[in-house]
Amino acid sequence: MRSIRSKHYIGIALALELIFGVARADVNLPVVVTGDAVNAPLTQQVGRAAQGRVIVLSRQIGNCLICHAVPNEAKELAQGNVGPALSGVGGRLSEGQIRLRLIDQSRLNPRTIMPPYYRTNGLTNVAAQFVGKSVLDAQQIEDVVAYLVSLKE
Amino acid sequence: MRYKLGICVFVGVLTGADVAAQQRPATPLPGSVFQSPEARAMQSDDTSNPAMLWVEKGRSLWTKSDGATGKSCASCHGDLQTVMKGVAARYPLVDQKSKTLMNIEGRINNCRTDHQQAPPLPYESNELLSLTSAITYQSRGDVRLVGIDGAAEPFFTQGRALFEQRQGQLNLACVQCHDGQVGRKLRGDTVSQGQTHGWPAYRLEWQSMGSLHRRIRSCSIGVRAEVLPYGAPSYLALELYLAWRGGSLPMESPGVRR
Ligand code: HEC
Ligand code: HEC
Repeated sequence: MRSIRSKHYIGIALALELIFGVARADVNLPVVVTGDAVNAPLTQQVGRAAQGRVIVLSRQIGNCLICHAVPNEAKELAQGNVGPALSGVGGRLSEGQIRLRLIDQSRLNPRTIMPPYYRTNGLTNVAAQFVGKSVLDAQQIEDVVAYLVSLKE
Repeated sequence: MRYKLGICVFVGVLTGADVAAQQRPATPLPGSVFQSPEARAMQSDDTSNPAMLWVEKGRSLWTKSDGATGKSCASCHGDLQTVMKGVAARYPLVDQKSKTLMNIEGRINNCRTDHQQAPPLPYESNELLSLTSAITYQSRGDVRLVGIDGAAEPFFTQGRALFEQRQGQLNLACVQCHDGQVGRKLRGDTVSQGQTHGWPAYRLEWQSMGSLHRRIRSCSIGVRAEVLPYGAPSYLALELYLAWRGGSLPMESPGVRR
């Protein structure tokens, strides 16, 4: 499945190269929302669960534990309970559903408190150093998705 | 037609909920309630409250002459304990002369420049924190009563709008945490109603007294919003709205916070 997809993307990249005359390995693929999911990955590089785990646990990068608990992880860290615990999320939600919730939870719940992790538009009063940047980049989203998919129980 | 009515009712309900969220909490709770038993104990006993060091320093600054006029606060006002009783509970207010919204820090600096002819004290300087603490301490236990009508109304309206405005890269509004998540855990913190009656406060994380604006700046940083300068009009407007939002809560400053 994944290999067919990657072939497809290589095709697109080659086509882009033909059109624009440049090869960009970091081209972010478009976000296509289908129902309550974004089924296609945002990057060609397959998500790496181990990196994703680091992002989720790190205060500086994802800082997800400020709101969520991951009970099997990092027992020594204080974990929040503003959002649902993430244990078992890979069993409850599909990969695509998880991806949309990370990209922009407010598409599903306009009043959500969960920040949009892959969105740069429609924001107000953003600190100068973050203007035009999403909290996580496309590869980081894919890494976190891979990690959350692995949390089956 | 029926369908349209249905939509109207639905919109009506939503708006109702939004309005409810704009009101003060049904039961205003002091910030100390959400602190650890240790921090609460520190706050409730003046002999163990580290903030009292600043109150003491403020007391002595009150009688110290300064500036070109060589006057002290006491030269104009008299005894701190008598004349400043209940004053901080009425701030921020619109200053008659400048028509600007003024908090206690602003008033102190106004007195310095106009009456003492001394340079204003920067926010978070030991001197300003001490004077603010000593003055606010004289309102302990008093119910806060700030004006929100007349000249204050535009500031109040601005403060309310800012409180409800999603902002920053994390796209969060003050109201989402301090109304929607009260009592929940944001990592090591228990989210409070964001009341201001305990400020200025000694924050253990800072190992220092800090102003309310420093606290609000931390929340701005938290949501990755633009951090405004101390004394910024937006923070003053928020200060007025927050003071009103506390309803009949008694002043508990100087507080002790995590
Ligand atoms: C400020 C709070 C907050 C932060 C930070 C936060 N979340 Fe959430 N999250 C929530 C809330 C609340 C929900 C519940 C859904 C809603 O709000 O509509 C949620 C829902 C989710 C869901 C869906 C869970 C389910 O069982 O349906 C996932 C997956 C998720 N979050 C992952 C993350 C990850 C990964 C991060 C960090 C990169 C993160 N969240 C950061 C508050 C937060
Ligand atoms: C993501 C959540 C979040 C948002 C958004 C937020 N705060 Fe806070 N705030 C906190 C936490 C956590 C604390 C520390 C615990 C406590 O006292 O509530 C705090 C503390 C405070 C306090 C001190 C309360 C006390 O008694 O010591 C005030 C005042 C305050 N916030 C005001 C604001 C204002 C004004 C805004 C918007 C500009 C805001 N907050 C946005 C989470 C938030």
